Amino acid sequence: MVSIGTLQGSAIVEAIKQSGIEFVVALPDITTSQGVLLPITRDPSLRLIRVAKEDEGVSICAALSICGKRSVLLMQNTGLLDSINSIRGTAVEFEMPVCMIVGLLSKEPGVAPMESNRYGVRITEPILDAMGVEHHLIEQPQDVAKIGPAIDKAYDTSSPVVLLIGRRLDEE
Amino acid sequence: MMKRDECLKVLAQYHTDQIVVAAYQAAQEWLVIKPNALNYTAIGAMGQASSHALGFAVGLPNKRVLVLDGDGSLLMNLGSLVTIANEAPKNFIHFLCENGSYEANGGHPIPGAGVVSFADIAKAAGYPRTYEFSDLEVFESEIGRILQEEGPIFVDLKVQQGERYPVDYDNLHSAERRRAFKEALDAIR
Repeated sequence: MVSIGTLQGSAIVEAIKQSGIEFVVALPDITTSQGVLLPITRDPSLRLIRVAKEDEGVSICAALSICGKRSVLLMQNTGLLDSINSIRGTAVEFEMPVCMIVGLLSKEPGVAPMESNRYGVRITEPILDAMGVEHHLIEQPQDVAKIGPAIDKAYDTSSPVVLLIGRRLDEE
Repeated sequence: MMKRDECLKVLAQYHTDQIVVAAYQAAQEWLVIKPNALNYTAIGAMGQASSHALGFAVGLPNKRVLVLDGDGSLLMNLGSLVTIANEAPKNFIHFLCENGSYEANGGHPIPGAGVVSFADIAKAAGYPRTYEFSDLEVFESEIGRILQEEGPIFVDLKVQQGERYPVDYDNLHSAERRRAFKEALDAIR
């Protein structure tokens, strides 16, 4: 049972559907596994593409955008770090609207990512800043309202965006 | 052993309106041999040709997609073979130009050059149809039929460098080329 006032995965799934997302390209991430990926596997309105490595997903989402299809890449921040060159080349330099939902592995709830004790969490936002990639922290229920405009902006401006999930989401 | 540009010239005879996603040296040659607005070369990072192609194949299931991959490139994204086989796009044909080397980066050998069987790897990954060709006449006699088959298909072309073609990465990666590709795609979808 999820208590009132906590971020719910179902709200994130609903927000991406409201944004016109048809495809979810994913590699399981423990932060979003139960709250986001699991319901997506059961949702016939979303086409799930399971990838073996996250940088595949950057390319798949970019190509889908050229086909006029909206998609999100769901992964862990470790996968984001592993995909930097693809994001650099395809999403940033070639100006493709790659939308990424990224679980921050083991980030402490209520602690800003850059103040986390986890090195991998702490460096994520500065790396995105260095790359010029827009990012938003999704940690509180009201943060879900950022998702739709962020996705719309990515497609309107043909640029990448990263939505950082700041707390572990459970099955509802 | 076949010469890569001669293989591509044979393929060009059978190519009609398919999207072609091409990487590195094969891309440089294909753009000269078969210039077409539906040629896509904005791979972004080495190894990603097959993944871009998968995006096109699932996004446009009624459009055939050909990949012209390299062996060094494919080694950087072997997992994509499993992803592609799992999605099983019927409109997906994966050509590998296997020359055993990192030709664009000084010609050093790939690990496992001459030993690794990419067709076997593709088959084990789940591609239902895989082929290997090292004789141009045999390739020419088979390619028309293969292009009509249901994908995903993997075609390993054992090649060496043939005629030298201009190397122009600025052209491969140009915004103008990406724009032309998108306009061509918008016109057919």
